Amino acid sequence: MERAVVTVIGKDRVGIVANISSILAKHNVNILDISQTIMQDLFAMIMLVDISKADVDLSTLRGEIEAKAKEMGLQAIVQHENIFNFMHRI
Amino acid sequence: MPISPQEILETIRMIRMEHLDIRTVTMGISLLDVKGDSIEALAENIYKKIVEKAKNLRDSVEEVSSKYDIPIANTRITVTPIALIARAKEDDDLFPIAQALDRAGKELRIDYIGGFGALVHKGCTPSDIALMNSIPRALAKLDRVCSSVNVASTKSGINMEAILLMAEKIKEAAVLSAERDSVACTKLVIYCNAPEDNPFMAGGFHGVGEGESAINVAISGPGTVRSALSRLKNASFNELTEEIKRTAFKITRVGELVGREISAKLGVPFGIVDLSLAPTPQEGDSIADILQAMGLEECGAPGSLAAIALLTDAVKKGGLFASSSVGGMSGTFIPLSEDAGMARAAERGSLSLERLQSMTAVCSVGLDMVAIPGDTPVETIAGIIADEMAIGMMNNKTVGVRIIPVIGKKAGEWVDFGGLLGRAPVLPVSSFRSDEFVRRKGRIQAPITSFTN
Repeated sequence: MERAVVTVIGKDRVGIVANISSILAKHNVNILDISQTIMQDLFAMIMLVDISKADVDLSTLRGEIEAKAKEMGLQAIVQHENIFNFMHRI
Repeated sequence: MPISPQEILETIRMIRMEHLDIRTVTMGISLLDVKGDSIEALAENIYKKIVEKAKNLRDSVEEVSSKYDIPIANTRITVTPIALIARAKEDDDLFPIAQALDRAGKELRIDYIGGFGALVHKGCTPSDIALMNSIPRALAKLDRVCSSVNVASTKSGINMEAILLMAEKIKEAAVLSAERDSVACTKLVIYCNAPEDNPFMAGGFHGVGEGESAINVAISGPGTVRSALSRLKNASFNELTEEIKRTAFKITRVGELVGREISAKLGVPFGIVDLSLAPTPQEGDSIADILQAMGLEECGAPGSLAAIALLTDAVKKGGLFASSSVGGMSGTFIPLSEDAGMARAAERGSLSLERLQSMTAVCSVGLDMVAIPGDTPVETIAGIIADEMAIGMMNNKTVGVRIIPVIGKKAGEWVDFGGLLGRAPVLPVSSFRSDEFVRRKGRIQAPITSFTN
């Protein structure tokens, strides 16, 4: 399984999860886990997603998610999960 | 154990807010097998080999950068020191080879190409002389080409004649690029104990002990270290060290990941990660600011050497465990103009040339990106270089000198080299002369401590 992490940061508002999920569903990307937390007074929504059956590549997916987040006044970051495993696990 | 949201946010904070990035992915390419019947034919064959070897480099760098959302500031190439393969006569002009390197760099869409250099720590061949004489024009006329000349080593001593010649070449390069704040000198490093796998510029080259090609990676993480230290309150020296080690481990892992992945994509062996903390002119991405976070009013204040010693050592201890292979410079960079905090310290009068030079005894990198008055005599430049080489030789460490006599500018005036090269005030130099000393012939012998066999 190839996984990526989608993080959306900004002011909390209605429709964040719905809007991002609909893009993921459209491209056959399954959500494996979802969590919400607060980072330095900002809301952060984090999704772990399975991209192995996605019908687009990671950079196309990132482009669509970033554009949607920007529309909502938020910032989205899409990263392959290896970077977190490498940085935080030995 | 799954990755926690806090860990994910820590990574994002490092990248998005604290300027963690990959300073450079550098591909080393051996030119030892390249021949030609004339300088022009050799230049053409060098061009062909580099373009063939590195044709997918830029695309691979962009793919990996995008996959992890980690900025990669520069893509670079290093080659075998050109003096070794030029087989030139003393009065040959090697500019056509520099042009070929620049053309290859342009074709490949890379930022810098290093290795227009020579290794002369014990003596000069005719080819070395030709190369050194060709440096000023190459650096003044071409954008991407970088030069380094190794004039000293712990094992062989200091080649004082080569230092004087290179001091003259620095001045010539300054004059040839006088209309752009003598920027050509920012692409030239004079070394003692030059590393063979250095991904940084201007001193990067592909050493003769290296294989056919390699991918070397360097990280830029001062902002991350500074933020981590700022979050600590009333920490002991031990706690400071531990925090730096943890941070260095994490940022080095990113370099390791990027290096491994690009190396696999290109089918080129992964060389090394350079652990150096390399600052950028961006606010907060500064070694001087780390010293302030440790409790010094300004970089240069008494205690600065102790602080840099602690920092450099902790970065190495944390970083070594994070990478399968560490190399290059792996120290703390204190380039005056590339670090906005260092430039500020110089303007406030906390940093002098001499203070900076004393710091290089513990920072492992050298006197870097220091602008001096354009009318500084060649002999004085040679004296400054000789002092720095002595620090490297006696302490068995790599040091470089990248000094810029800015034509038309006086001490206290500012120079702006643009981009990552940054801006800084011109530092005053001693008016006492070194002429008779630096004009002696021969070498300063290797120190007794070098006889370790």
